Amino acid sequence: MTGLSAIELEDVVKEYLSHGEVVQAVKGVTLDIAEGEFFSLLGPSGCGKTTTMRMVAGFEQPTKGLVRLHGQDVTNVPPNKRDINMVFQSYALFPHMSVWDNVAFGLKQKKTPADEIRRRVGEMLEIVDLTGREKRRPREMSGGQQQRVALARALVNRPRALLLDEPLGALDLKLRQAMQIELKRIQREVGITFVYVTHDQSEALTMSDRIAVMNDGLVEQLAGPREIYERPASAFVAGFIGTSNLLTGTAAGGVLKVGGGRVLVPGHDGEVTVTVRPEKITIGTEEPAPERSGVRGTVAEVVYLGTYNSYAVNLADGADGADGTVITVFQQNAHDATATAERGDSVWLSWQTQHSYVIGSS
Amino acid sequence: MRRLTPYLLALPGWMWLAIFLVVPMAAMASVSLQTGNAIDGFAMTFSFSNYGDALSTYSTQLLRSLLYGGLATVAMLLIGYPVAYWIAFRGGRRKSMYLFLLLLPFFVSFVLRTISWNFLLADNGILFGTLKDWGLLPEGFHVLATTFAVVGGLTYNFLPFMILPIYVALERVDPRVVEAAQDLYATRAAAFRRVVLPLSLPGVFAGVLMTFVPATADPVNAQILGGTSNTMIGNIIQTEYLTNLDYPTASALSFTLMAILLVGIFVYAKALGTENVLEAAAR
Repeated sequence: MTGLSAIELEDVVKEYLSHGEVVQAVKGVTLDIAEGEFFSLLGPSGCGKTTTMRMVAGFEQPTKGLVRLHGQDVTNVPPNKRDINMVFQSYALFPHMSVWDNVAFGLKQKKTPADEIRRRVGEMLEIVDLTGREKRRPREMSGGQQQRVALARALVNRPRALLLDEPLGALDLKLRQAMQIELKRIQREVGITFVYVTHDQSEALTMSDRIAVMNDGLVEQLAGPREIYERPASAFVAGFIGTSNLLTGTAAGGVLKVGGGRVLVPGHDGEVTVTVRPEKITIGTEEPAPERSGVRGTVAEVVYLGTYNSYAVNLADGADGADGTVITVFQQNAHDATATAERGDSVWLSWQTQHSYVIGSS
Repeated sequence: MRRLTPYLLALPGWMWLAIFLVVPMAAMASVSLQTGNAIDGFAMTFSFSNYGDALSTYSTQLLRSLLYGGLATVAMLLIGYPVAYWIAFRGGRRKSMYLFLLLLPFFVSFVLRTISWNFLLADNGILFGTLKDWGLLPEGFHVLATTFAVVGGLTYNFLPFMILPIYVALERVDPRVVEAAQDLYATRAAAFRRVVLPLSLPGVFAGVLMTFVPATADPVNAQILGGTSNTMIGNIIQTEYLTNLDYPTASALSFTLMAILLVGIFVYAKALGTENVLEAAAR
């Protein structure tokens, strides 16, 4: 990251007319994506991430707000005049053209000299490992190969930013993981800003420098992968990224009494929501030391998942025994595969105070 | 037995083709080489001169047919492509309604539709008569019995056969492919020329085939809208068969027309690049 802005969105709003009603797909998004950054727009379908990307590409005009590329206002510039390229969902390769012609398309449109086209297309096909397949038609290739053609077709133009719309969605898991590493390598090699749209949180966490988590047309949190995972800004982010436990209650003097125990929330009072990740929790039979947060419950389910066990624990609460809160706990199968607790066991769950993260005090 | 099964399954199809295509064709080929007359009967004389005679007598009508068929096809392409494009890309939720409207005229017989054009275009009919009464058209103005009327009638009657295959081809074009072209610096016009048009060529190919062949051979439009000076080869064949009972000449003309159309289609397919067309169609 050089700190220069590649893409800036300024309070961008996109409204649609659907069945005579105005629908806001994007409700005011402000982003500043730096030069050379691997930036992800992450969210469930319908959260506005694709619309946001299409406004950057120029396929949609914002109803309100500004789009800037490298400091220049391009809000009303058509896509063919933007120095930015896109890798489409399901690739959108030209079915009637060979791999070579697909990749050369952009350069030809820009009236690049023929010998330069030959050189650059050749180099690009080498980078994506498709040398020798120039004459193939897209439909004669596997999904992974088509994916690389789509990537080459965009990158050969040396755009100042590359937009990728769920580019790995159509691939199987193994290939997807290989392509994630491949994409990251190519991005480092060419040093271009990548804007990556996905609903797959693990994909976003693996590859991104920064992630904007979107929900319902708004950015819920904008931060690095670690920050987003460890310190989710809202209940939505906590729930969308990985598995998360939410504990709600009234805190007094920095202590939240819940589940037959207490959660330490130093500096917080009143209504709070606390999140804690399942892998940070330890299962035990003894009441934990006073500097740890601890709650009590009954094991409702134990699921063996190979590298770890997943426990579902019903929290004990007050007199009636349970308040319906279920806490998920992951425990590594480090030494042997026997579970540390059985179904029906009464257990203490505990974790360090730093792993409780308060996302809302209202 | 097992190896024969696929062939046996195809047998009904082959028999259909044999009885309703090969046998009549062979019979007609035989008739085209016979001499004689309807009263004394015809006898096989291998008279290849039937072809030469028929051609030299009716070359004008034959050439006129090809010209009218060609003009109508060009007109249909110019009208049909934009219509198909509009329905495919701008039709939205009403697509099927537009397609239904396109097919609606087929609920009325072909001959009746052509006769109603005759009625509409009559020199002192409902349209021109009124305009002439108002003094908007000169008294001598007429459309009936002109080349324009015949080509117009052909264009009108066969237009849906041009639109439908083009529509089907355009409908299959992924809008994202068009966006991809624009993303790769193509203007709207360039995206159309380099992507949409090539992808729709199989439809154009089918459309031209489905309209040029029947339009060239059609006798109805020339008869109803063309008057006496626009006779096409279809009318001649009809007259030779049904009025003059000169079967050899009629058969020779039919074969000649068929040969010309087949050669034409072959050349057309070559020129357009069948491989490309078929490949795109098999996509």
